[in-house]
Amino acid sequence: MHSLQLVGYFQSYQLTWSYFLDQLVAGLTLGSLYGLMALGYSMVYGILKLLNFAHGEVFMIGSYIGYFVLVALGGTTNPTVPVALLIILMFGAAMIGSGVLGVVIERFAYRPLRVAKAPRIAPLISALGVSFCLQQLASIFFGTEYKQYNPFGLSGGTLTTPWHIGSLEVSWMQMIVILTTAFLMLVLWQLVTRTQIGRAMRAASFDLEAASMMGIDVDRVVVFTFFVGSALAGAGGVMNGLYLSNTFPLVGFNVGLIAFTAAVVGGIGSIPGAMVGGVTIGLLKAFAIGYWSSAYQDVIVFCILIVVLLIRPSGIFGVPAPQKV
Amino acid sequence: MSANGAPLLELDAVDTFYGPIHILQGLSLVVRAGELVCLLGGNASGKSTTLKTVLGIVRPRSGAVRFDGEDVTGRPTSYRIAKGMAIVPENRRLFGPMTVLENLQMGAYLTGGGTKEDYDRVYTLFPLLHERRHQLAGTLSGGEQQMVAMARALMSRPKLMLMDEPSMGLAPILVERSFEIIQQVHEAGVAVLVVEQNANVSLSIADRGYVLSTGRLVLEGKAADLLQDENLRKAYLGR
Ligand SMILES: Nc1ncnc2c1ncn2[C@@H]1O[C@H](COP(=O)(O)OP(=O)(O)OP(=O)(O)O)[C@@H](O)[C@H]1O
Ligand SMILES: [Mg+2]
Repeated sequence: MHSLQLVGYFQSYQLTWSYFLDQLVAGLTLGSLYGLMALGYSMVYGILKLLNFAHGEVFMIGSYIGYFVLVALGGTTNPTVPVALLIILMFGAAMIGSGVLGVVIERFAYRPLRVAKAPRIAPLISALGVSFCLQQLASIFFGTEYKQYNPFGLSGGTLTTPWHIGSLEVSWMQMIVILTTAFLMLVLWQLVTRTQIGRAMRAASFDLEAASMMGIDVDRVVVFTFFVGSALAGAGGVMNGLYLSNTFPLVGFNVGLIAFTAAVVGGIGSIPGAMVGGVTIGLLKAFAIGYWSSAYQDVIVFCILIVVLLIRPSGIFGVPAPQKV
Repeated sequence: MSANGAPLLELDAVDTFYGPIHILQGLSLVVRAGELVCLLGGNASGKSTTLKTVLGIVRPRSGAVRFDGEDVTGRPTSYRIAKGMAIVPENRRLFGPMTVLENLQMGAYLTGGGTKEDYDRVYTLFPLLHERRHQLAGTLSGGEQQMVAMARALMSRPKLMLMDEPSMGLAPILVERSFEIIQQVHEAGVAVLVVEQNANVSLSIADRGYVLSTGRLVLEGKAADLLQDENLRKAYLGR
């Protein structure tokens, strides 16, 4: 009875195991990207209680840097270096470029307000300003048309053609996104648990004043945080270009909003939370598109997220600060 | 143990404000090298503000803070800590989601995370912390948290320990234990400036004491004399 109804509602191909796995892989890929982006929002918010709305534009610039490296090295059909090296160089340049951009934004748009002890709303406006500014600069200098990454041409098209493992279907491109994200997460985790500056970041994120009472130079920690968060956004920008095949000046807006949501749902300030929030949204989106309709995807996703926040107001990994006397 | 004379910390006519509110009013005090001094005062008298002024978390509008022969009034907190200050803050302020070990590493932030000797020293003083070094600090009991806060401050090899109400929230037996540790630290040659509302316990181990009332000093002297002081008795010791 039950399955009959399901069959009546869904197309028969939607009820196959391999279709389900397709959505799962697509969701994980998208979720990796959101998670990487969400980390930047979360880490900065953790320390400064600032919503860095320019983060989406840092991602956008990263995707352009990746694109220009690709073009400079011969494009996808005729690269002058081996494909693996090409991809590594795209990631490397985008991460460093975005990282530096993030630090510059902090230095000129946020720090002066912090020094002047401006109310919390002021840096928010400054963030929106930087965000619009970067969008328009990108339109003026790079043009408003889509820049094609053309990943289909890479390595004779082998990167986008799927492999089959049983009923699982994965492309190299999806593997690149998921594995690169996993690798970057691992590096980040080592950074925040094994290095003094990384631990100082976690300490400052929990209690800024107590951190400065230990002699931690908060400004240095903030620079480190912006660099790392922005570099991850740059990597996300390249992944987005490779996976969705193009970039444009407003590419960061939508991704930025979703990633920000992911950070809040995961528990803003929490590193594992950002990742889990990102993957959750990626999966919800993929399944909403795959089993319902792409027109309603955001309605479905956000309804579910609102329910999650009603149940856990401080997010999946968010813990209200301990109140011990 | 008596002090050897040279002033280590000097507050000279310090005025500290929070916005328009005048908190510390012409406050002057001295802690000599190796001395144990206690600063007494009721709620909101400005005790914590005094320690924050010493450490540079808040800056005085006028007056000077001198430490170890140098005017540090304009220097950042990190500089003062590198020069030999450390604090056990009010309510301890541990990094709750981090382990005990990581908290100690943060105490040694300016000395690169601490040497083996630093850890041996604090683990000898607090053997329990060695056992608990991988436990999250936020999950420790109040007494254990107090130990971590003291150990964390000691990790930077301070010349001057600032302590803000170490007895707060502790059972009497643990208060006694805390003050034993403070005395041990003091006997090892570290100067201590301890802020307390618990006048009896703190004066009984201190060399000298100051009494603060709404941002002004109202009394100062040898700890033994203060313990006998009629006014102070009425104000604090009678409780
Ligand atoms: N950050 C701040 N902004 C504004 N006012 C403050 C701030 N911190 C403290 N104050 C005010 O300064 C006064 C002195 O506070 P302080 O914390 O130094 O007192 P205290 O002697 O340590 O008190 P307690 O024994 O309750 O800890 C209080 O009236 C307090 O409300
Ligand atoms: Mg206080």
